[in-house]
Amino acid sequence: MDKYQINHLKELEAESIFVIREVAAQFENPVMLFSGGKDSIVMFHLALKAFYPARVPFPLLHIDTGHNFQETLDYRDQLMEKTGAKCIVRLVQDSIDKGRAQEETGINASRNKLQTVTLLDALEELKFDAAMGGGRRDEEKARAKERFFSHRDEFGQWDPKNQRPELWSLFNGRKNMGEHFRVFPISNWTEMDVWQYIYMENIELPSLYYTHEREVFERDGVLMATAPFMQLRENEKPQKMQVRCRTIGDITCTGLTLSAANSLEDIIQEVAASRITERGGRADDKRSDAAMEDRKKEGYF
Amino acid sequence: MSGKNSGYLDMELLRFTTAGSVDDGKSTLIGRLLYDSKAIFEDQMEAIERASVRAGGEQVNLALLTDGLRAEREQGITIDVAYRYFATPKRKFIIADTPGHIQYTRNMVTGASTANVALILIDARQGVLEQTRRHAYIASLLQIPHLIICVNKMDLVAYQQEVFEGIVKDFEAIASKLSIKDVRFVPISALEGDNVVTRSENMDWYDGPTLMYLLENIHIGSDINRDDFRFPVQYVVRPQSKDWPDYRGYAGRVASGVVAVGDTVTVLPSGFSSKVKTIDLYRESLDKAFAPQSVTITLEDDIDISRGDMIVKSTNGRAARNDQNIEMMICWFNDKKMVPGGKYALKHTSAEVRCMIKDVQYKMDINTLEKEEKDLSVGMNDIARISVRTTKPLFFDAYNVNRMTGSVILIDEATNETVAAGMLL
Repeated sequence: MDKYQINHLKELEAESIFVIREVAAQFENPVMLFSGGKDSIVMFHLALKAFYPARVPFPLLHIDTGHNFQETLDYRDQLMEKTGAKCIVRLVQDSIDKGRAQEETGINASRNKLQTVTLLDALEELKFDAAMGGGRRDEEKARAKERFFSHRDEFGQWDPKNQRPELWSLFNGRKNMGEHFRVFPISNWTEMDVWQYIYMENIELPSLYYTHEREVFERDGVLMATAPFMQLRENEKPQKMQVRCRTIGDITCTGLTLSAANSLEDIIQEVAASRITERGGRADDKRSDAAMEDRKKEGYF
Repeated sequence: MSGKNSGYLDMELLRFTTAGSVDDGKSTLIGRLLYDSKAIFEDQMEAIERASVRAGGEQVNLALLTDGLRAEREQGITIDVAYRYFATPKRKFIIADTPGHIQYTRNMVTGASTANVALILIDARQGVLEQTRRHAYIASLLQIPHLIICVNKMDLVAYQQEVFEGIVKDFEAIASKLSIKDVRFVPISALEGDNVVTRSENMDWYDGPTLMYLLENIHIGSDINRDDFRFPVQYVVRPQSKDWPDYRGYAGRVASGVVAVGDTVTVLPSGFSSKVKTIDLYRESLDKAFAPQSVTITLEDDIDISRGDMIVKSTNGRAARNDQNIEMMICWFNDKKMVPGGKYALKHTSAEVRCMIKDVQYKMDINTLEKEEKDLSVGMNDIARISVRTTKPLFFDAYNVNRMTGSVILIDEATNETVAAGMLL
């Protein structure tokens, strides 16, 4: 590399900061979605960088399914306190209580899909016109065709066949009343880029990403955490194991990996050697080949 | 960090676009690059194995990896630009994979707009076709710095040198009519893997590099304009806090060139000059900034600067042009035809103005590369040379000098849709 070149991580960082600033400039009332997972943590770190020394000029929004790992919630609260950022929390339980969403039943019941209802309600209630999310195009094939600036109609839906062309770095955020945008600042990052960046920037993560002892059981070849709301089949025997999370969703859909990795270096080695994708452990994607495409059309992230 | 991983932290980023139709084996080639660079995981492989069986195929169909949406898998077509990622120890690659049929010119243009390299596939049995000409023209129109022509399916022409050389000659004849700076040719078989990642044993007569070697080694450091400092102001950072009561920073991404602390700069359109006081990136203070860094610049003097203004170096010999009458090549993206005399919103760097279509000089027939001067109605996928007048002057460079400050998009103010991409002349 010559003296006027930057490495891939710094180039991705520059691109993402550009996108986040563009959102702050083009929209009246943007929000950044925050789940407590590594992608949204990196996205928030980029937002801190984009506006320093000023504060991040928009709030965060956490859609809480009520089935989160406690470590995720603790991390979220500590981060907000440390950075002075504001995080709005909306509960899926409230949507259920109001009859807006119907709880799934059965052994694999999850509130993953119900999040969409709570999210869309929150966007409407708080009049957000752009919601940034930590989705990456390498995660899933329906995401591979997503734009940085993704237009949503008044029902919050995504129409993959009718997306706006996106050229150079000219982002068109114009919209009619009642419509909004989803924006994905880290679209071009891969799982490996995220981990290398966390290492380069020395970003603190929830302890769940590092090895720890936890009571787990095996379902369909995937290790899941036990919790009061997790129903076990007869043959599913809980036992303690040394595990860590490769992605963090809520407990009902997050697979755990047997791992002794207790540093970022270890995790990067593990990711480099891994032969299955990070979403391979995600029960929400396994429902069908087009599970993500279908959820996205409805307004999911 | 130990050996292998610390190396990975210093990779270059290369963006390339691929053009070709399904029949050229484009999806198979991408599948091959992903598979051989181990960017395909076991669960993805299992999924496409299942899908291949369902579709009744005998071999694992690597093309299924790149067909993302259900609608596409069902119809066996690609609808939209899809982005793919892989990395080798040297570089991280972003592929903008675009469908090659004529009705998808807009997707090809979209994919080409950010690419360092265009990869064009030619079926060795078919040779140079109309669509090859179309792909080459778009690559030159969008000024992609490097072109790699993959002559694919060499296995089906018995790996004959004459076939490859005939195609090279035919393509060079086209390239001579276009402004393409750097063209390479590689004979490959995406299906068999010849000359994709590993050298082919079937083509002793070819002593050039493999496709992967080219992708890893093509010099891209000079692709960005390093001469003309251009800094479109994106956002004004004003903390107005106890710690930073007077901080006023101009945030943006360096579009081209280099700037250093102490440099004298001029702000357009006001024309006021000042000196660069600091260049900030979060808690770091930098001595210089260059494209494509995102930074925040503060100046010695208090000047009124807002989003849409551009900061340039005062000493810059080729100062940005400043005009309300603008000539450009456009590619039209919308079902609704362009309205002569119509008004559109125009986005250029961080500036937004309105413009009126004054004139259409000609349309380009991208299959024959001839100018059409009689039928001047501009519709979906048409490429045309037009003149517009803007409500306010634009500060720009010609697209062939600067891709970032020479590009615009047109927006229909009624529907808010992006209806055209423009390359300024």
